[in-house]
Amino acid sequence: MISKRVEKIPPSGIREFFDLVLSKPNIISLGVGEPDFIAPWRVRERAITALEEGFTSYTSNKGLKILRRTIASYLKKKYGLSYNPENEILITVGVSQGLDLALRTIIDPQDKVVVVSPHYVAYPALVELNLGKVVFLETTSQEGFKVNSKELHRILKKEKPKAIILNYPSNPTGVTYSKEELKKIWSVLSKEDVVVISDEIYGEIVYREPHIPLASLKGAKSKVILLNGFSKGWAMTEFRIGYACGPKKIIEGMTKIHSFNMLCAPIISQIAGDEALKCRGEVDAMVKEYRRRRDFIVKELNRIGLATVKPEGAFYCFPSLKKYKMDSLEFAKRLLLEEKVAVVPGKAFGASYQGFIRISYANSLENLKEAIIRIERFLKNCGS
Amino acid sequence: MDEILEILEENARISIEDLARLVKKSKREVEEAIKKYEKKGIIAKYKTIINKGRLKEETPVVALIEVRVTPQKDVGFDNIAQRIYRFSEVKSCYLLSGTYDLLLVVEGKDIQTVARFVSEKLAPLSSVKGTTTHFMLKKYKEDGVIFVKEEKNKRLTITY
Repeated sequence: MISKRVEKIPPSGIREFFDLVLSKPNIISLGVGEPDFIAPWRVRERAITALEEGFTSYTSNKGLKILRRTIASYLKKKYGLSYNPENEILITVGVSQGLDLALRTIIDPQDKVVVVSPHYVAYPALVELNLGKVVFLETTSQEGFKVNSKELHRILKKEKPKAIILNYPSNPTGVTYSKEELKKIWSVLSKEDVVVISDEIYGEIVYREPHIPLASLKGAKSKVILLNGFSKGWAMTEFRIGYACGPKKIIEGMTKIHSFNMLCAPIISQIAGDEALKCRGEVDAMVKEYRRRRDFIVKELNRIGLATVKPEGAFYCFPSLKKYKMDSLEFAKRLLLEEKVAVVPGKAFGASYQGFIRISYANSLENLKEAIIRIERFLKNCGS
Repeated sequence: MDEILEILEENARISIEDLARLVKKSKREVEEAIKKYEKKGIIAKYKTIINKGRLKEETPVVALIEVRVTPQKDVGFDNIAQRIYRFSEVKSCYLLSGTYDLLLVVEGKDIQTVARFVSEKLAPLSSVKGTTTHFMLKKYKEDGVIFVKEEKNKRLTITY
């Protein structure tokens, strides 16, 4: 009854664990992949007013012109990026839909797509649903979970992929790239015939250097699909609103599919997105708070023996369990049952990351502090 | 505002160790900064916000009292304000622009106590031209803390 392509997608190995977590009340969860803030007041207020004003209709398939214009001028002002709101920007239902549209538009069956690991769970699944073949480019904690240019070069030459999916700041590691590092990666990518899908949804949440969109590098715009949105930076996850920017031909292709399977993104969310771009101040306040927590949690995790690469973006870190020689799923299960702290097993983000867990610090400092006390106690029990 | 103050304003009971870690300074530096703020009166007091409505026992009555006064030559409102805020019943005292001058927050164990304070102490003061007393019926939010029960966690506890 079910198509082969759907059947082929392996069920997530940690679904059971997720169900276990969801069944437990009163736990401290460091497993949440979304901000603990709520959307800025102005955004919520604008959405309410829009509803009262009767905005309940379809919009153009591409999305409201005013939103596309606001996005264009935001990208121009913030990153010096020039996208034509008429034909180079598409409003999507979150980055997730944008990613699916991008893959459908550019890959044919059997085309290879490079996924940088550890990766967000949807990447390989969406590639396979679109009948593409996933090639993993694994990064290591020794190299700070950053793409090794030589390895990238080797894989591109060997596999001749149609596309590569980059994600920075990264879910699950929080790792991001400086301009110099990006230039190095781009110098490898630019020589090959490959489309880069760059998921930069966490781009608003960076701690050290400003975020640099890959598309802003010289010559990159014509080969890059930039995916972004409002979910993380503005804490607007359930508005389900994002956007894709890229070469006219690709955006046209994506819009074609979008016009058949979605028609358009919800109008209230589009109006809210437009308002969001006008209130950056609240984003800065959230980033300041995330940074405080990042500094605390990373230092503490390293202190109690879970070696953690210091992330420079997003609200995740990816500690290693190496010292404890435990499988990440077993670790997460026991930590949940014994100390009522939830984390996501590294396995979810790639088969080679059994020895890691993802910790989300989108949680109050108070909870983070209590979680550290509990994890430390748990590790002591494991050691003895 | 200094980060130390920002954090203390939210949580006065945070330990020096945690505070030092958060602002990336030594414990000593933090202690010295706090001492300096205390000395200058920038940190005026450490207090606990108690949601008295949740207590089983009888909760005190709170009244907001608007006071119209006659300002005095040279000192304006300061002298009369001082005479008023020195009463221990007065928890807060503000000078406002608008239709009245001083706004007081007064606490007493019951309505009679507050009424007696107004009629016997406050109203008879010669500079006081008139008062309007508003008894507080319910506290929804105080000092940034919401007192009514709200569903705290709207997120799923685990997501990718």
